[in-house]
Amino acid sequence: MAFDYDKWIRPGKLPHIWCPGCGHGIVMKGLIRAMETLKLEKNDTAIVSGIGCASRLPGYIDCCTLHTAHGRAAAFATGVKMAKPEMNVILVGGDGDGTAIGGNHFIHACRRNIDMTYIIMNNYIYGMTGGQFSPCTPTGHKASTTPYGNPDPGFDIAKLAIGAGATFVARGTAFHANQIDKLIVEAIQHKGFSVVEILDDCPTTYGRRNKYKSVIEMMNRLKEVAVPVKAAEKMTAEQLQGKVLTGVLYKEENKPEYTSEYAKVIERASAAK
Amino acid sequence: MSKKVAFLQGNEAAAQGALYAGCNFFGGYPITPSTEVAEVMSVELPKIGGKFIQMEDEIGAMAVILGAALAGSKVLTSTSGPGLSLKQELIGYGCIAEIPCVIYNVMRGGPSTGMPTGPSQSDVMCAKWGTHGDHPAICLTPASVQETYEEVIRAFNLSEKYRTPVMVMPDEIVAHMRERIVFPEKGEIEVVPRKAPTVEPAQYKPYDTSYGDVPPLASFGSGYRFHVTGLNKMQDGFPTTKAEVVQAEEERQVRKVDANIDDIVTFEEYLLDDAEVVVVAYGSTSRSARYAVNAAREQGIKAGMFRIKTFWPFPDKQIKALATKTKGFIIPEMNLGMCALELERCVQGKAPVLGIFRVDGEPINPDQIVEKIKEVK
Amino acid sequence: MSRYELRFSGAGGQGLITAGIIMAKAASIYEGKQAVQSQSYGPEARGGASKSEVIISDGPIDYPKVTQCDALLAMTQEAANKYSHDLKEGGVLLIDSDLVKVIPAGNFKTVAFPIINTAKTEVGREIVANIVALGAMVALTGQVTRENAEKAVLSSVPEAFIELNRKAFSMGYEKALEASA
Repeated sequence: MAFDYDKWIRPGKLPHIWCPGCGHGIVMKGLIRAMETLKLEKNDTAIVSGIGCASRLPGYIDCCTLHTAHGRAAAFATGVKMAKPEMNVILVGGDGDGTAIGGNHFIHACRRNIDMTYIIMNNYIYGMTGGQFSPCTPTGHKASTTPYGNPDPGFDIAKLAIGAGATFVARGTAFHANQIDKLIVEAIQHKGFSVVEILDDCPTTYGRRNKYKSVIEMMNRLKEVAVPVKAAEKMTAEQLQGKVLTGVLYKEENKPEYTSEYAKVIERASAAK
Repeated sequence: MSKKVAFLQGNEAAAQGALYAGCNFFGGYPITPSTEVAEVMSVELPKIGGKFIQMEDEIGAMAVILGAALAGSKVLTSTSGPGLSLKQELIGYGCIAEIPCVIYNVMRGGPSTGMPTGPSQSDVMCAKWGTHGDHPAICLTPASVQETYEEVIRAFNLSEKYRTPVMVMPDEIVAHMRERIVFPEKGEIEVVPRKAPTVEPAQYKPYDTSYGDVPPLASFGSGYRFHVTGLNKMQDGFPTTKAEVVQAEEERQVRKVDANIDDIVTFEEYLLDDAEVVVVAYGSTSRSARYAVNAAREQGIKAGMFRIKTFWPFPDKQIKALATKTKGFIIPEMNLGMCALELERCVQGKAPVLGIFRVDGEPINPDQIVEKIKEVK
Repeated sequence: MSRYELRFSGAGGQGLITAGIIMAKAASIYEGKQAVQSQSYGPEARGGASKSEVIISDGPIDYPKVTQCDALLAMTQEAANKYSHDLKEGGVLLIDSDLVKVIPAGNFKTVAFPIINTAKTEVGREIVANIVALGAMVALTGQVTRENAEKAVLSSVPEAFIELNRKAFSMGYEKALEASA
């Protein structure tokens, strides 16, 4: 039997705004399968985003959805989670939204280890505004504001998240569609701040400036660069040159989770009353 | 039974007022001279099961309270000038998404870092025009510790009643001054609850105007699923660019305040019955003005004071009425003439408007006002 | 109206803001008068100039700052120089005689004794110098009774330090009377 995505899609809200060949829809389907697998209660699930193409995702899903301002998803979501710790809070957004204008909120959500899951669709570009370089655009690549090649070094989102204190960090790609829901399931189940980076594509504003002839070529690149962490263990540094690790990259079970810690503050304060 | 009294600072009273109003969530970022609010809330909120969070920056503090408000909390943040500048982005979000919240801003010298421990009244325009786009604005300017307590309660009530951000803006003198405060009994001051939806979740629309200009707001996690965005939206909360919908929704948001000015605007008239010279004042400056008016009266000058308690919406109607029977207005303020512009707009040239503007970190003293009163012929 | 204006001035960290608060609290909570306390200070938590002002009245207080000072406490030379100019004729100036060597001239009564040294040697802790000073100001100004002021002191300090502060307050009160006699 085919999977019933409609159960999770808001009636009348499709078609989505994404271009043909964009991977965001693949990620959305992965998220829906993950929520179905976990039998999440729609009424108790909040999906929070910032601004950008990827941040339009919550509007399509039949949950409590919050499309905030540019970069602010993690801070708004922290408010939802603190007010109602029993809710499942899932953040979605793009690389520019999450790591540039929202970078401060992102690292501090990681630091607090607050029990939320952040799905970052990294397509290396600001798509909605027409293809300006983001903190994730590779050095030397072309964007509408790096016509001579990007002089900036890029962020490694997974390393940034680990360094900042996130306790579950995974990476997948839009090509490996069947892996996406599995990573998201594990991320949501993890008690703490979990980050799932999905390497994505933007054929419209990134691909055409960087000599990708087709969406298929962009997808094939994702297929070629991705190396599962297990497989990487048996590979030499030379073999790993230019590759990107996928799968669960980091997991830490012992770090206290923020809302649980605050519950203890409430206990201590009530006792001292 | 005698009432509970205490000797409190304006900022401490603000926190106590918020607690009386049912505030159960505070998000903030340390900034002089408002930090005492955060300190009191960090002590008191967890005692009642409420939540306190110190965020990574001012914008985050604004974001976290908006998120918590959508999850059903009554929320407060406190800040001062530089923080208010940063918060403007999301104050606009609160206005368009119609999220009740209270922003307590202590006015210190500016622009930029300015004079962090010096008093000022130079954020009053920022309260209305700080965030971009047309939007409603409510801003209260208390003049005493007791009034700060009461106005914070009223701010919570107005934010719930009109589903919009409300600002309380004491100047640094009021915020750090200590006075005796008498606490009201529980139930003595009305506390307005959030208007909850009466329809089934399937029928709920977060901006359903069939309930009037202020639609009921459900909370996340209460069985109601809905969408919230900072884009121009339809009644169901989803974005739209349809011209007639955008126009109607923008007008409704502003109308929530404009059509209810008489319910929102508060002021005090002091010795105005026979006054030939009217000192218009707000915040701590009104205390100097009252002293000056009394001193002028002793010298045989018919002076009075119109004290602005609600700065936004501005008391246009009252000032316009005074303008027809007044020889001259004096406006002392700790800025270079912000309220003066509003006065001139309302007075429409019918009487002179003389300003006393001070931005040196010192309060305007009564003598300065008396001298200015004498200039009105 | 019976407006009475006090100013506590000195350096940051001397506890003068606290002294002002307790004086105002004594008047408004225990004496049944009205009082307003305000302050100004620099960015430094310790050192720098510090000033705490208290207005006491039988009726409502409008302007919360000093217009013409009735009583001034100056705990540094700088404060004495800076603030004695608007001291009223017939007002009172209290100074720490070890710290203020150049006594400002004026038509007011000056009372001097070694405030900090009294706290250090006679009470036993320098930290309560502000309460010694407060006791002295209460004696010199007569705006609140000794009993009410003591109540305000004791309700403002941690339980473990009640005796220390009681002693500091009494010492200041007595010394001021002696010095002004």
